Amino acid sequence: MDQEKVDTDYDVIVLGTGITECILSGLLSVDGKKVLHIDKQDHYGGESASVTLSQLYSKFKQNPPSKEDREGKFGKDRDWNVDLIPKFLMANGELTNILVHTDVTRYVDFKQVSGSYVFKQGKIYKVPANEVEAISSPLMGIFEKRRMKKFLEWISSYKEDDVPSHQGLDLDQNTMDEVYYKFGLGNSTKEFIGHSMALWTNDDYLQQPARPSYERILLYCQSVARYGKSPYLYPLYGLGELPQGFARLSAIYGGTYMLDTPIDEVVYADDGKFEAVKTKLGTFKAPVVIADPTYFPQKCKSTGQRVIRAICILNHPVPGTSSADSLQIIIPQSQVERKNDIYIAIVSDAHNVCSKGHYLAIISTIIETDKPHVELEPAFKILGPIEEKFMGIAELFEPKEDGFKDNVYLSRSYDASSHFETMTDDVKDIYFRVTGHPLVLKQRKDPEQE
Amino acid sequence: MNNPVTSIKLVLLGEVAVGKSSIVLRFVSNDFAENKEPTIGAAFLTQRVNINEHTIKFEIWDTAGQERFASLAPMYYRNAQAALVVYDVTKPQSFIKARHWVKELHEQASKDIIIALVGNKIDMLDEDPTERKVAREEGEKLAQEENLLFFETSAKTGANVNEVFLKIGENVPLKQAADGSNNGSGLNVRRDNGWIWQTRLIQPRKPLTVAAESLVVLITKVHISFPERFRTEYGGVAAWAVNLCKTVSWNQP
Ligand SMILES: Nc1nc2c(ncn2[C@@H]2O[C@H](COP(=O)(O)OP(=O)(O)O)[C@@H](O)[C@H]2O)c(=O)[nH]1
Ligand SMILES: [Mg+2]
Repeated sequence: MDQEKVDTDYDVIVLGTGITECILSGLLSVDGKKVLHIDKQDHYGGESASVTLSQLYSKFKQNPPSKEDREGKFGKDRDWNVDLIPKFLMANGELTNILVHTDVTRYVDFKQVSGSYVFKQGKIYKVPANEVEAISSPLMGIFEKRRMKKFLEWISSYKEDDVPSHQGLDLDQNTMDEVYYKFGLGNSTKEFIGHSMALWTNDDYLQQPARPSYERILLYCQSVARYGKSPYLYPLYGLGELPQGFARLSAIYGGTYMLDTPIDEVVYADDGKFEAVKTKLGTFKAPVVIADPTYFPQKCKSTGQRVIRAICILNHPVPGTSSADSLQIIIPQSQVERKNDIYIAIVSDAHNVCSKGHYLAIISTIIETDKPHVELEPAFKILGPIEEKFMGIAELFEPKEDGFKDNVYLSRSYDASSHFETMTDDVKDIYFRVTGHPLVLKQRKDPEQE
Repeated sequence: MNNPVTSIKLVLLGEVAVGKSSIVLRFVSNDFAENKEPTIGAAFLTQRVNINEHTIKFEIWDTAGQERFASLAPMYYRNAQAALVVYDVTKPQSFIKARHWVKELHEQASKDIIIALVGNKIDMLDEDPTERKVAREEGEKLAQEENLLFFETSAKTGANVNEVFLKIGENVPLKQAADGSNNGSGLNVRRDNGWIWQTRLIQPRKPLTVAAESLVVLITKVHISFPERFRTEYGGVAAWAVNLCKTVSWNQP
């Protein structure tokens, strides 16, 4: 083949096309770095890919059904884009910010998630997103709503340099529990704020300084404010569109892409620093490598947390949600006598992720017992009849070292949170370590001229 | 000037070096560059064409080089309303690749996508007719079987290049294309300092109205001062205000 010669020297080599790696690849290419981006798999997305139904079956099931049976029940394979990790975008979150600044919004269309629901005493309730919903919401009594109002006023008016606005509270000295106490909020309101708005998955935050909680509640409110039904957005065709969008950004700025290219060997120099990777397409050199944990398992350690995820196919909307086409359900830990919340993320054919009439629900939680599938029981009950179920357990990994010693910079596994905020923290952290300066987002100067 | 405008997303597919980018350059700028380097940062071009009192705006997506190592993302051709599948008439291998792309498009792209099969570099046959390695009939046959438009072009001389796009323009279902690529309910978040409401939202709301409404509500109902950081962007302030009114005035019966 008369393929033109491939360059062998790069500024950065990126391994794995998960969303973390693709954002970094895009940002570094925009910065003018010469990037080579490789994936051992033949599709984009790594752990954060969206896959077809046939791919899903072969990933999770020993004896997948025949093509005829599968299509008879679920329709064409091409209609399915099933996420492997369940997450939504916070409308006002950092990922949205990065998408807008890099103009990757040009390649991906979004839809608002219809609602966020919370489980309380055996039933699910919509988290109010407007006045009418708030007034009629049975989640809180009338006096409690009044106290809640005072609390939200404090959140909204808090200004760092305006001491009276602090109302005697110090975000870095007072714990969140002390803040709740000051506003006289009861246990069920605390649970509501902490788990449905601040999106903490357990109660550890109560005894910690209030600032992170304050920031999370602010983010939640600002995100609901963007579009009004819920704080979340979701991309048409699934989350897997996001890594593809950032990969295109990188390619437009000169990034080179090689899928289906396993790494045969990683080469280190005498001083232990990264030097090159060997692949079927040749040996490629760079002073720096960025990778997901699966490329350097020996340089990663377990975080001690394991997540169970159950991908469920339904042929009906979730009962009690007014047939919402997309929603999140939070089952707070205390409601089901656990230590960690259970999340359910639901999307449907309205998002081009499954064939007509179907719904995809992904349940996830941090494992607490040796019978993890039993831990998901309360969630299965909420969903009603389930047509097909795919269960998997993921151990969460993080790098052992910061990468300065060997110039191998590793990302973290995607955690159990319901959005991408920890992922973008990881992006910024790696960006800082690799470039030596913090990430400053600038509006992209319309290089794809009009 | 007042012609109705239909935008179509058009993508280019085909083996590396068959002349995809050159065809676009010829169509958009009536230009050709021998041995040109791939242009960094330019993978999206637009060109308007008038056809029968109607303006077609081609939004042309180039591959950004991702086809080189079989790494073109499905996202690239997913919403395309038209595709050029290009091969080089002097390279049989590129015709095999073209077959592959036609199949892939039929499987993955939208059902009513218009596909044009394009055999490029016919100028090379002028000098030496034995250079031809893919017969015209072969291309015609594939086009017939798969229901494709068919052209042989030269980006170098410009032969037939405009015709490809005109023919696609004539075949585009105008009304359907006019609503944009999805069914009209998607939130299409675009650039400009932050967010804008796209007109094809289910409930279009003008930011100004929202801002005015919310300020009235604010002044009359809730007396809250906003943190400084919300003031930078009036849309943000407005939205925050609206929401605060919504979430905060819970004490009404
Ligand atoms: N003789 C001739 N050369 C062409 C023609 N079109 C493109 N080329 C050349 O073929 C090479 C590859 O073209 P390019 O547009 O970059 O191909 P792409 O990789 O498919 O985008 C360049 O050197 C072009 O100058 C053509 O119609 N005739
Ligand atoms: Mg090209």
